[in-house]
Amino acid sequence: MPHHTSLDNDTPLLRASGVSRFYGSRIGCHDVSFELWPGEVLAIVGESGSGKTTLLNCLSGRLTPTAGVVEYRMRDGTVRGIFSMSEAERRFLARTDWGFVHQDARDGLRMTVSAGGNVGERLMAVGARNYGAIRGEALDWLERVEIAADRVDDRPDTFSGGMRQRLQIARNLVTGPRLVFMDEPTSGLDVSVQARLLDLLRGLVADLGLAAIVVTHDLAVARMISHRLMVMRGGEVIETGLTDQVLDDPRSAYAQLLVASVLQP
Amino acid sequence: MTMRLCLSGVGKTFTMHLQGGVAIPVLHGVELAVAEGECVALTGPSGAGKSTVLRMIYGNYVTDEGQILVVDGERIVDMAAAAPRRVLDLRRRTISYVSQFLRAVPRVAAIDVVSEPLRALGTSAADARDRAATLLQRLNLPERLWTLPPATFSGGEQQRVNIARGLIAEHPILILDEPTASLDAQNRDVVVELINERKKAGVAMLGIFHDADVRDAVCDRSVDIRAFA
Repeated sequence: MPHHTSLDNDTPLLRASGVSRFYGSRIGCHDVSFELWPGEVLAIVGESGSGKTTLLNCLSGRLTPTAGVVEYRMRDGTVRGIFSMSEAERRFLARTDWGFVHQDARDGLRMTVSAGGNVGERLMAVGARNYGAIRGEALDWLERVEIAADRVDDRPDTFSGGMRQRLQIARNLVTGPRLVFMDEPTSGLDVSVQARLLDLLRGLVADLGLAAIVVTHDLAVARMISHRLMVMRGGEVIETGLTDQVLDDPRSAYAQLLVASVLQP
Repeated sequence: MTMRLCLSGVGKTFTMHLQGGVAIPVLHGVELAVAEGECVALTGPSGAGKSTVLRMIYGNYVTDEGQILVVDGERIVDMAAAAPRRVLDLRRRTISYVSQFLRAVPRVAAIDVVSEPLRALGTSAADARDRAATLLQRLNLPERLWTLPPATFSGGEQQRVNIARGLIAEHPILILDEPTASLDAQNRDVVVELINERKKAGVAMLGIFHDADVRDAVCDRSVDIRAFA
């Protein structure tokens, strides 16, 4: 977290204003507005079909909204609309300043390239050329995500689900992004593997001062890694606030139902 | 006396949508102020809304009516109306809350759970751990437990981890929800000692203390919550 900056004179890293996406007459997401500051983790929760993944794709430039604006504060301080920049600029941004962690690691990794290559490739995309330095950096990142150095030359299709997900995170973070989008990063993993991954994510996000937008259907995951929570249903934002406040004192009928439906071990 | 915390006209109604939208008014017109170096006890029967007041002050519950003013250096912030990131900032620098139960994070060692609030202020990992170790030692938590995640600890052990976590960053405002409920006499005395040290250092405290001996030992006065039913 940027602990030492004043809250008064900074501007948001990302601002969504009235973002809507329709699929024909069907609503994907409708009129979503919020601001995200550096170091903040926002969780978007809701059931399947609530529009959370549609929203994530609109925010990350992967899907063009039907209406609304998504603005991003670039490293040089200028604020740009991500859909008013060129496709090439947007792709460069996604490769350098952003990360995107997919639910299925196969969508975020190149399965036929070695683990080290997967991480090194992102570095080369931002201009790194020195082989030794790239390999050193890749090894460093594999260590940070708890992948043993002797697996660096192995391909991710020989990895377990948890290892693949950790490799995907390393590939995304190696370029020092300021904002990471995550789509159900821990679902599909065994509970113990999930705990390890969440712990790792929490630590990395705090140490690097990253901002993140995490889509999840799991309220426990949201509680553990996010500062703020947005509850979606039918494409609309139903409730929003501090994560612990929304989970401990939900106001809307739907959020109360969601919280009351969680199984306690 | 410098005021640190001031509640004015604070009210709270729970609307239970799963029970047909029945509205349960819990509190109304809460007036309460806590000064620097003062410890105030909230009293009243269970269910009267004592914990609700503490949770509203910490921003964990939404405040429906009134103001909760927190003195933050040169500034006064209304917690009842503050944006989430302002609340997070105050939790980081100004206000600590020792809840009754520890919400343990899987895989994180007790000593790191305790260190975290200091780390969030930019203290190095080594220094934060040193401070955490000192506190855990005073609270008699066996050293062999420090590197284990607290999820499997006993109630009393978890409570001591929670207290150490609440005290470590030395915030000027401290909210305590039954900090000694699961402790034996010896450890209860340690907590009383720690609280009194913090009072001397000028910390403003508001808490729930069911144990009358503890309350008498640390509190300057009591406020009966039934006055605001």
